[in-house]
Amino acid sequence: MAKKSGKVLVVGGGIAGIQAALDLADLGYYVYLVEKKASIGGVMAKLDKTFPTNDCSI
Amino acid sequence: MVEAGRSPNIEILTLAEVEALSGRPGNFKARVKVKPRYIDPEKCTACGQCMQYCPREAVDEYNERLDFTRAARIDFPQAVPTAYYIDEERCLHLNHETCMICTNVCGPKAIDFSQKPEVRELEVGAVVLTPGFGEVPDAALEKYGYGIYPDVMTSLEIERLMCVSGPSGGEILRPSDLSHPRKIAFLQCVGSRDVSCGRPFCSSVCCMYAMKEASMLKEHAPEAEITLFFMDVRTQGKGFDAAFERAVEKYGLRTVYARVPKVEEVSGRLGLTYVTEDGEVHRELFDLVVLSVGLSAPAGAEDLARRFGIELNPFGFARTSVADPLTAKPGIYVAGAFQGPKDIPESVMQASGAAAKVSELLAEARGKDQVAKEFPPEDQDLLSLPPRVGVFVCHCGVNIAGVVDVERVKEYAAQLPGVVYADTTVYSCAQDSLERLKEIIREHKLNRLVIAACSPRTHEPLFQETLREAGLNLALVEMANIRDQCAWVHADDPEAATRKAMDQVRMAVAKARRLRPLELQKVKVTPGALVVGGGAAGMAAALSIAEQGYEVYLVEREPELGGNLRRVRFLAEGEDPQKILKDLIRRVEKHPRIRVYTSASVENISGYVGNFTSTVRTQAGSEVINHGVVVVATGGREHRPSGYLYGESPKVVTQLEFEEKLSRGKRSLGKVKRVVMIQCAGSRGEELPHCSKLCCQQAVKNALRFKELHPDGEVIVLYRDMRTYGFYEELYREARKRGVVFLRYTPERRPRVEKKGRGVVVQAYDALLKEEVEIPADLVVLSVGIEADKENPVAQILKTPLTSEGFILEAHVKLKPVEVAVDGVYVCGLAHGPKPLSEVLAQARAAAAKAVVPLAKGFVEVPPIVSSVDQKKCIGCGICAALCPYSAIEMVKVDKRRKAQVISAACKGCGVCGSHCPVFAISLGGFTDEAILEQIRAFGLEEAQEAEKEVEKEAA
Repeated sequence: MAKKSGKVLVVGGGIAGIQAALDLADLGYYVYLVEKKASIGGVMAKLDKTFPTNDCSI
Repeated sequence: MVEAGRSPNIEILTLAEVEALSGRPGNFKARVKVKPRYIDPEKCTACGQCMQYCPREAVDEYNERLDFTRAARIDFPQAVPTAYYIDEERCLHLNHETCMICTNVCGPKAIDFSQKPEVRELEVGAVVLTPGFGEVPDAALEKYGYGIYPDVMTSLEIERLMCVSGPSGGEILRPSDLSHPRKIAFLQCVGSRDVSCGRPFCSSVCCMYAMKEASMLKEHAPEAEITLFFMDVRTQGKGFDAAFERAVEKYGLRTVYARVPKVEEVSGRLGLTYVTEDGEVHRELFDLVVLSVGLSAPAGAEDLARRFGIELNPFGFARTSVADPLTAKPGIYVAGAFQGPKDIPESVMQASGAAAKVSELLAEARGKDQVAKEFPPEDQDLLSLPPRVGVFVCHCGVNIAGVVDVERVKEYAAQLPGVVYADTTVYSCAQDSLERLKEIIREHKLNRLVIAACSPRTHEPLFQETLREAGLNLALVEMANIRDQCAWVHADDPEAATRKAMDQVRMAVAKARRLRPLELQKVKVTPGALVVGGGAAGMAAALSIAEQGYEVYLVEREPELGGNLRRVRFLAEGEDPQKILKDLIRRVEKHPRIRVYTSASVENISGYVGNFTSTVRTQAGSEVINHGVVVVATGGREHRPSGYLYGESPKVVTQLEFEEKLSRGKRSLGKVKRVVMIQCAGSRGEELPHCSKLCCQQAVKNALRFKELHPDGEVIVLYRDMRTYGFYEELYREARKRGVVFLRYTPERRPRVEKKGRGVVVQAYDALLKEEVEIPADLVVLSVGIEADKENPVAQILKTPLTSEGFILEAHVKLKPVEVAVDGVYVCGLAHGPKPLSEVLAQARAAAAKAVVPLAKGFVEVPPIVSSVDQKKCIGCGICAALCPYSAIEMVKVDKRRKAQVISAACKGCGVCGSHCPVFAISLGGFTDEAILEQIRAFGLEEAQEAEKEVEKEAA
């Protein structure tokens, strides 16, 4: 059997996709993060503030 | 976002879609179509000229279609990648072969209309699907007047309206007449819990976001009166109930239990007609109505499912199991709202969990395809020059520049001693700004930097890394927080704010001139994990870590593995919990990399991330183990309420006890005909302050089970809010259909259980009848909630902070839900907070992913802001070691004398030791006494100079 690849495809660049990509990179993999829009961030990037820390969502 | 944009191991493909997938787990081939941006991101400097001159308008999707943008654009200034693109559907040149103005105005010649769609064949070992959620169709919103009356808006539109960079600059204006709305209504469950629009499930997040938006609206417009209309208040997340109550009180929000069926226009205002639970009809007028719109399955979910060969549930979300909530099929994992409606912390947990699943599958290929991030060596010539300070004053869009006169601050900074360069930036954290920063460092030979922008808490690491990329030591940057500490708090006085920003910059410059390079240390990691707690969470975490290739020591205090799961007989999802349990135990026990200690306790844990040493005591004696990380999965337990006759009458039991009876079949129930369930017995403000998240689904599950055994039997559920969130709502609907009676009570009138003759009765207030009713019960079942153990010795040893309820406090509520304040320690399961099994199992994998990160790297980098002891000055009093909250100071013998010594890898740089040292022997990297004194002196400088001038004037 062919040797396994060390690359991972993440489909969707919202908060879940970004987090998965960051963790995978930290765990020793190369990640393709595929996003259908022109920039990543998803819905969370539209939020003015997040609860309860009122951090800027970006 | 920016971090993902900067990682050399994350390649972001935008305007891209996966067209096909073939192959098998470990070796997939994906065909990805990448559409052209028509602007080369390598050349684009994000100057914005193209957008400024682009004559073609386009609807601004980022601003929820409330505004217009241009065909050549960037979605938002901080976007990643920070590059403009051309909307091919709107562009005049691409559609009509005219225009090309952008090509002419673009300085770096980045515009390239010759770009063609590209198809890339990617070889990957695994896939993670995170397409998020979709919108509720406008047709479902029409009955609430959306699209008909302009002042009916969605919750996401409000979110954009409140944003200072949004279409109204952060001002809350009614779209119809641009007036400030005085009365605002939030309608919950729009496009959720609504069979008529094909969305019978609960979206789980709207109650909480509505509360957040209402609170923020009050901040923007304190005079507004806000009413929220709920069916149930579903704030079941950790700490959410308390936050909700705080907000209601602080902002004077009005909450009404009613479902508003429709919205009408009444002479320029919006009329709501609704029926409250006492049966009374009300009519009220509002200026603005906000629809709390739910989460749908993502657009194109069916296509996605077909392409990846995965199954969907009836509502279009990915179908997974309780035992493995992250796997859609082997090699293809899911996370986030696509797996079911969920909030940010849940999504983040699942994302990390999915990463752990990938890491299990591809353990042998770890590191194989990675690109190492290399920093250039430090530029010694540059470092040896006397301090040459560069100051960057950030606009932060309008966040700072809207209040502070950044140009004046820049001019002021430029003439400060030591400053050789000063400039402003629109967003200094944007990728292009960071690139420019590096160029300017080289060009002007800067060796100290002051960034006058936001908080170092969030952004300092970014600037430190940029310094390293420019060949400077990372410790040579100082941030002046002129946003949170200045512009935001002095928005009403721009002149004073500008002067304060100058003060802040002057102080930062004074400190920056005294900054010294600090050494970044690397510490080796022992490649093993200690998992404390052998319940579902501990076992799942242990298995994942072991599957990822590392040794695990699993410690359970009971003689057998399993924890609370041993008592669960049925699951709301229909799966068999005992099968899940047996399977976990079997796999844990036979795993070659897991050592299980039962009837055991952890007596001592010392050390720090990468190098812990612990003592495990078992009946056979004690054993010392070395490990790099710790996972705390110490669980929780069923609460035992006082009152309700629990423990006094055999007719009063808990849900778990009832479940046990149900599992033994009809006969064990005897003559029980009527069951009365009491929700929140002891919870939500009675003995336990919190909501336990799972009791509502447990009650509905057991009620249905009882009805199955006894179709003629009667179940009455007394509740405050039925919190059957997500797809559990289906079960709730089913229970109502089967005749289970649900009666709401208020916290002021909690039900009471009393003895009557040989039986028991429940006294409860019926809101509809407006009177107290007495319900005789054959069996009273209490939903008692989950509490933290009174003592958590492991948390005490590790000094991990706890919530007021005794659960372990995570490092960041949203973004670090399994990390704790102590590095190298992770938490999952009930020890973190009450949650159902599927969430426990997802969180366990998330903790496993985070725990494996240092193990896989093999080393940890110690941030340089740590204490150091001048052992010549140290008198060995030990005050510092006693005070250190992270056990990072040990007392050692040096030449027969007692001296303090810092364990750098455990030090968090809090400075407690330094401030208490009686002989000033401790200094903190980056915060030396010298630099701080200089900063304080600079604070008084301006006044001193003014005073001097006055004196001179007088003398003259």
